[in-house]
Amino acid sequence: MKKLTTLDSLSRMANTLRRDVVTMLAEAGSGHTAGPLGLADIAAAMYFNVLNIDPRRKNDPDRDRLFVSCGHTAPIWYAALARAGFFPVEELKTLRKLGSRLQGHIDRLTVPGVESTAASLGQGLSIAAGCAYAAAMDGKNYQTYCVVSDGEHDEGSTWEAVNFAGYYKLQHLTAIVDRNNIQIDGPTEKVMGKEPLRERYEAFGWHVIEIDGHNIEQIIDACQEARAIGEKPVCLIAHTIPGKGVDFMEGDYRWHGVAPGGLDTEKAPPKNKQLEAALRQLHY
Amino acid sequence: MLTKESHLKRNIFGKDIEMAPTRDGYGIGLVEVAEKNVNVVALSADLTESTRAAKFRDLYPDRFIQMGVAEQNMVTVAVGLALQGKIPFVSTYAVFSPGRTWDQIRISVCYNNANVKLAGHHAGLSVGPDGATHQALEDLALTRVLPRLTVLAPCDAEEARKATHAAAAIKGPVYLRFSREKSPVFTTAQTPFTVGKARVLHDGKDAVIIACGPLVYEALVAADRLVEKGISVRVINMASIKPMDEETVERAARECRAVVTAEEHQVAGGLGGAVAETLARSYPVPVEMVGMRDSFGESGQPEELWRKYRLNAAAMVDAVIKVIKRKH
Ligand SMILES: Cc1ncc(C[n+]2csc(CCOP(=O)(O)OP(=O)(O)O)c2C)c(N)n1
Ligand SMILES: [Mg+2]
Repeated sequence: MKKLTTLDSLSRMANTLRRDVVTMLAEAGSGHTAGPLGLADIAAAMYFNVLNIDPRRKNDPDRDRLFVSCGHTAPIWYAALARAGFFPVEELKTLRKLGSRLQGHIDRLTVPGVESTAASLGQGLSIAAGCAYAAAMDGKNYQTYCVVSDGEHDEGSTWEAVNFAGYYKLQHLTAIVDRNNIQIDGPTEKVMGKEPLRERYEAFGWHVIEIDGHNIEQIIDACQEARAIGEKPVCLIAHTIPGKGVDFMEGDYRWHGVAPGGLDTEKAPPKNKQLEAALRQLHY
Repeated sequence: MLTKESHLKRNIFGKDIEMAPTRDGYGIGLVEVAEKNVNVVALSADLTESTRAAKFRDLYPDRFIQMGVAEQNMVTVAVGLALQGKIPFVSTYAVFSPGRTWDQIRISVCYNNANVKLAGHHAGLSVGPDGATHQALEDLALTRVLPRLTVLAPCDAEEARKATHAAAAIKGPVYLRFSREKSPVFTTAQTPFTVGKARVLHDGKDAVIIACGPLVYEALVAADRLVEKGISVRVINMASIKPMDEETVERAARECRAVVTAEEHQVAGGLGGAVAETLARSYPVPVEMVGMRDSFGESGQPEELWRKYRLNAAAMVDAVIKVIKRKH
């Protein structure tokens, strides 16, 4: 696959993915908006620069693996996969509709390029750890990435995976934590404490790098550093803004699971104008 | 004919019938039982609004516990609370509890006989666009096999309210099953609800439909349509999955000699399985099952999904005609 190498082209791609996300969600009339918008820069950096993947060789045993543990963020990954050539962009508008390959939560069996199905939080990092373990057994050099949401750190199973990966020093494993500070019931620290997140990972034997999840250069550099470190799994704590790019959604947890056009807030335009307003702001 | 003693609303097939999801009845019932009993507490795993525990949280903040996305811990913390005399209501989606918490439920709740009330939300295909991952179609099978656990699957929001009251009154573990999507509220405050009792809502003699959850209304629609075809169908609301009213099931089998079961659940291990087990022991007659047939659901609108997977009145009409042909 041809990579995008300039920061400008990658930012443009992130913006395209955001436009795809709001458009497909509005068309579906339901789904998750805040998380996916916040993950757009990471998705662009990963699928168009960092990952060693090729849609023409989807099953290449040496490809990098990117697992998504927070399955509700499906729209951004579907958009990235479509734009990367794994399936037609046209298909994005079938999201969540009867008969569509694009199921509400990320689905391996139907969507080309998806490494594993996810929806029940706190399972993806274990799957990625299993993948990294298999890579070590087989003497493979590919990198295994796993995108984990901050809300998922409430689950004990996430920490079982963190412990496992630290204990076995899974050096080709990189977790990318979407530290957007929201979950369904409110700001993360109000719902259940996750801090000190960095120290928690470090205590389990991980190397931690904190990055601005909207700075594509930092994302790419951190991934390179993670690959180079060796001997330990690496956690990139990516600080992101939920709803990034759409001012009436940014930082507001209420947009976690609502599509554009589905929520009245103090800041938002009338429901029937929300998609249009979002797209206007996402004009590059 | 709708039975008099079931005190259903008048004109239940009218277009203006009130619609509400059964989870709404849970939310109302929870607040009502909390008002009556200070020991009632509620726990939520980051799904407070959608499991309708929000009203409780707002009215009784000191008796509400936010658990974060940690269902296993939620169930077992509830056990600790129950052992000290609290009556914890634990709400999340059924795919996660009993889905993820089954071990905790089996040993710490049931074997331990802890007074924990488990509310499983978003049961059935009617969850819709979130897709298969969120559509609980196995929870009755998971809970029905557990000793000491009472299992209730109310048919509408009003019965959900009553089931919540009944759960609070029982001394011991209870599982309550609720749906996300709106469905007709066709029962009234006068409609009887007793744990362990099935209710005949519609009289008939050619076949019986035994249903639970929102499919009870569909069964009534099917029975109504079949009247026009000259087929008389009994409809039984089996909200109490466990204990099951075996006597009413057996009597229906003896009198109608053909049985259709209907549920938003896998036919294996759910209501269909339970009815078939009962009949195999007591009075075997042909049974047709309306439900999921060893498949997962998918994204789509609730009604489309019911049509595709044949969980609606039309499917029950076909099943009744088929089962009558199989009569001995
Ligand atoms: C095991 C499990 N419990 C509950 C849920 C319901 N749920 C879906 S997303 C979510 C919030 C999690 O927070 P986060 O992933 O940080 O959300 P975001 O930042 O994307 O808004 C919850 C509780 C789930 N999918 N899985
Ligand atoms: Mg979050």
